[in-house]
Amino acid sequence: MTMTATAAHPQIVPMGLAGLLVRFSGRLDDGANRAALAFRAALEEARPEGVEETVSSLGSVFLRFDPGATGHALLSERVAALLRARDWSATPLPAGRRLWTVPAVFDGPDLAAAASLAGLSPAAAAEELAAARVRVLSIGFAPGLPYMGPLPGHWDIPRQTALTPVAPAGAIVVAVRQLIIFPTATPTGWRQAGRTGFRAFRPGAAEPFPLKAGDELRFRLVTGRELDALIAADPAGGGAVAEAIA
Amino acid sequence: MTGLRVHSAGPGVTVQDLGRPGWLAFGLSRGGAADPLALVEGAALLAQAADCAALEMAGFGGVFEATQDMTIAVTGAPMRAALAGRRLLWNATHLLRAGERLEIGGAEAGVYGYLHVAGGFATEVVMGSRSAHLTAGIGAPVAAGHTLPTGPAGPGRAGLRLDVAGRFAGGTVRIVASAQTALFSEAERARFEATAFVRDPRANRQGARLAHDGAPFRAEGQLTVLSEIIVPGDVQMTGDGTPYVLLPECQTMGGYPRIGTVVPDDLPIVAQAPPGARLRFRFVGLDEASADWRRARTGEAARLAAAVRPMVRDPAAMADLLSHQLVGGVTTGDDLERKEG
Repeated sequence: MTMTATAAHPQIVPMGLAGLLVRFSGRLDDGANRAALAFRAALEEARPEGVEETVSSLGSVFLRFDPGATGHALLSERVAALLRARDWSATPLPAGRRLWTVPAVFDGPDLAAAASLAGLSPAAAAEELAAARVRVLSIGFAPGLPYMGPLPGHWDIPRQTALTPVAPAGAIVVAVRQLIIFPTATPTGWRQAGRTGFRAFRPGAAEPFPLKAGDELRFRLVTGRELDALIAADPAGGGAVAEAIA
Repeated sequence: MTGLRVHSAGPGVTVQDLGRPGWLAFGLSRGGAADPLALVEGAALLAQAADCAALEMAGFGGVFEATQDMTIAVTGAPMRAALAGRRLLWNATHLLRAGERLEIGGAEAGVYGYLHVAGGFATEVVMGSRSAHLTAGIGAPVAAGHTLPTGPAGPGRAGLRLDVAGRFAGGTVRIVASAQTALFSEAERARFEATAFVRDPRANRQGARLAHDGAPFRAEGQLTVLSEIIVPGDVQMTGDGTPYVLLPECQTMGGYPRIGTVVPDDLPIVAQAPPGARLRFRFVGLDEASADWRRARTGEAARLAAAVRPMVRDPAAMADLLSHQLVGGVTTGDDLERKEG
């Protein structure tokens, strides 16, 4: 059960009485994230006995199971057999993913600071972020919160040492080659570069979580006034549209 | 509509059931009762399903009134409570007559008390559960002026009691190694096991902070751990090396290293440990813990149901006969005052 950067991956390790973790990497790595997305889809398809829920995160897949129906040893064997079946980092991403186009304004209070850390002018930074097509690497921490990336290497900028007390719902924040759109107002150590009217968690709605891990997202630049109008017309979506990824 | 009127409620009163599993992939933790055993006990007392929703009262209850006669049960952290002015026996069922006032005050031990009604509370189901998940913005605290609808009552009746597992003053809890335990040296794990922790006042349904004397707990590569899934029971070391035990409304993933996971059957001891209570951890093998869990589940509902018994007591065994009422679950009525004195 080692977990150093040099340890062999993937690893299958127990997580509590009702969980198993399949770890493709101990650090942020695009191949490991692709492997996690593909392997989770395969697990959902195979549904080994006793598995109640699966979730992919940045570089791992978690399985929650009924400890009355299966056990760590038996389930680990099944999972290991599926792992051996192919090279998961080279497996195409699962079907059924969507591409989201989200209207946005890049006028965030920390845009200049983030741009400077990335070695760009604020205008160039806004342009790059607006043009980026990112993947939802993982959803978690808070309900619906999407970690999206990977951004180019020069966006490997650190989090702030101090927390911003509140970033509003819809804020686009950036750090460590990733973007987040906050589903609700939250304190954060990430830097706010822009804003949208998109809500990634809609309690009580028919589809409470519009984004899924593996979906892709790009922004459409609008003016502040246009964004306000889009939000007025579509309070939960802020004018975002989704299309199937063929 | 049959319901329970709320005349007043403490700040931490919410409707809870066994939670909302299945949304982990969307970042929503299961939530549900902080002490699920108390839900199971309430269900046994009222002879109904364990997934019936109850009122969870964090530290303090409120004043309630029934719109029609109903059978209720109270479980979890014992609270100072009176029905129509008479002291109410905890871990028991009672008849709450229409118009009578049920007053539930502060916890005398533990943290989370539960008020159950026959039929359960029939509040709105959101994403498969009635549980408020305030961290996620689902539901709202119960407040004065609300009337909580109740479901069709089953066979549950008043005048029954249940002796329950004590879990309201801290203690030693079992912990199993988990996905990140190996990040901690053997010496650090041994020190963790040898340390007497004190439940810090900073605790809520997301997690409980533990204070201790001595050095912070350190993992190797503490600040570079890639965020992975978190499960309730995980003991996470925050940046300053202070442990938090994560509870039902925890975040779903995090990058702070976790030394292990408290076994589900011992997690209520942590949730119910009041501020200042002592907590210790004892590592047990995963196979042993899993076997214990399976054994505890076997026939659990039947065992609890069989342990429910009438409130009648043996007069010969009672030191002060006159201060007890033999049937009905109420006592002389001045206990509250006498306890205050």
